[in-house]
Amino acid sequence: MMKIEAIIQPSRFESVKDALREIGIEGMTVTEVRGHGRQKGHTEVYRGREYTVDLLPKIKLEMVLPDALVNRVVDTILKTAKTGKIGDGKIFLSRVEEAIRIRNEERGENAL
Amino acid sequence: MKCVGWKCSFSFILVLGALLLTVAPLLAQQTPASSAAPLTIVASAATSEIPRAVNEKLAQLDKDVKAAQSSADNAWMLVSAALVLMMTGPGLALFYGGLVRRKNTLAIMMQSFALMALITVMWALVGYSLCFGGDGHFIGSFEHAFLRGVGADPNPDYAGTIPQLTFMVYQLMFAIITPALITGATAERMKFSGTVLFLALWFLAVYAPLAHMVWGKGGFLNASLGGKFPTLDFAGGTVVHISSGVSALVCALYLGKRTGYPKQPMPPHSLVLSFIGACLLWVGWFGFNAGSALASNSLATSAFVATHFAAAAAALSWSAAEWFKNGRASALGAISGAVAGLVAITPAAGFVGPMPALAIGLIAGVVCYWMVTKVKAIFGYDDALDAFGVHGAGGTIGALLTGVFAQQVINPIFGAGKAVGALDGHWGQVGNQLMGVLIAWVFALVGTLVLLKIVDLLTGIRVPEEHEIEGLDITQHGEEAYNLES
Repeated sequence: MMKIEAIIQPSRFESVKDALREIGIEGMTVTEVRGHGRQKGHTEVYRGREYTVDLLPKIKLEMVLPDALVNRVVDTILKTAKTGKIGDGKIFLSRVEEAIRIRNEERGENAL
Repeated sequence: MKCVGWKCSFSFILVLGALLLTVAPLLAQQTPASSAAPLTIVASAATSEIPRAVNEKLAQLDKDVKAAQSSADNAWMLVSAALVLMMTGPGLALFYGGLVRRKNTLAIMMQSFALMALITVMWALVGYSLCFGGDGHFIGSFEHAFLRGVGADPNPDYAGTIPQLTFMVYQLMFAIITPALITGATAERMKFSGTVLFLALWFLAVYAPLAHMVWGKGGFLNASLGGKFPTLDFAGGTVVHISSGVSALVCALYLGKRTGYPKQPMPPHSLVLSFIGACLLWVGWFGFNAGSALASNSLATSAFVATHFAAAAAALSWSAAEWFKNGRASALGAISGAVAGLVAITPAAGFVGPMPALAIGLIAGVVCYWMVTKVKAIFGYDDALDAFGVHGAGGTIGALLTGVFAQQVINPIFGAGKAVGALDGHWGQVGNQLMGVLIAWVFALVGTLVLLKIVDLLTGIRVPEEHEIEGLDITQHGEEAYNLES
């Protein structure tokens, strides 16, 4: 089992979600987050005072998948989340030791 | 009937002319007979009856006309009073509420609202009397304490056609908004208890004397009721805006900067609220300025127009300055400009024509922009929401420009045919205005400083740093403006 964390542009979120549904991905956890990598923020001016806003709004998708699905999901996210500009985000993969469904205590890939 | 403008009146005149032509010969023939008839009556028993009847009729008509005028004036003044109250709540409360950080929203709104209640009660007890009772040079008397003698009869010294009760309640609304303006400088760090006590004392010790000096009978600066330095202040440039603006600066200096200012960003939490507030202020200002004619007459119209024009011009000039400087015109800039223009036209509203009003607005927009962006940064005081930069500076410019642009064709306040401002050739008025401005500045400065010292000893002024960081909504009032998850 692998965990995918993808941080993407809010404007691409709907397309990514639809594309993932098309390839059969049902479950995901979505969080509105703020942060920045290499992308610079912007400045706002209120009555002459300038504020640099460098933490920008992003969407974080989290999902845990059976190993067989991981490559397809990664490809789909890459294809749909890309705008080609700085600030498109990142995908992190990590191994997951165990998953347990709370309702019936199923374990492993069955619980996904 | 479809009939447009000149065509309609033209055909009407034609018909009227034709009628006159046909009736004229008839009239000429009848004249001898008709003039003979009343003569016989006058000569008979009714010698004194008919003139008396006519006189009674005339007297009755005169009374009716006066009653009609009084009704019209009273209607406008009651509406104006309501408009001016709307400037504080929700106008100013929203304007300031949007400019603070979200943790201080309710606190700043509550300060305005508390004044709506507190000043009203104080006004009924002694406030009105201290402002408009008696004929002292510096402060009113206790003549009208507990509103004694304030009823349906007009007070001819101030407004001869409306009940004094109307005049009283209209002036009350000014006394509410003035201290509320100061809260813009003390925002986000002043204790609620200290704020309430300070502003209540400030109303008694600074507002009341100044209002009496400028507007009260016999006041030292009164322009029409026997003042030594006749200062023109139609709707409160000195009494409202200089007094609150300068006091705001003193408060900002005394309190010190907000924790983290100017390093930490403190952007407005909702310019949408501020936007609505500013638009309500603009509309309410018609009651403030046009209502200050104290009648529903052509002077009220003149003040209404001047007010509107100045606001528009200042919104444009502030935006233009900003565009020039930053390459963009911001919503906050446009609404701040409009408020600056409204402040500056306040003393001038009933003395200047529409073109000078545009000029006053243009100047005020640029100067206030410069005050809040440059001057504040240079001196480093934390006038949180720019109460001084907009009201102090705008009020001062407005008061001085009133001396320049006031014209007797608009308002012959010094008597028919007598020059009023520099535009009429009376440059001395600029000197009078300067005197009024100076006195208002010094009075507000000293009064505020003394009161702050007293309140600091009694209740304390500033919240502890941890309360400031947590926010005044929770620490001062035990509630939050936005419980979005609930």
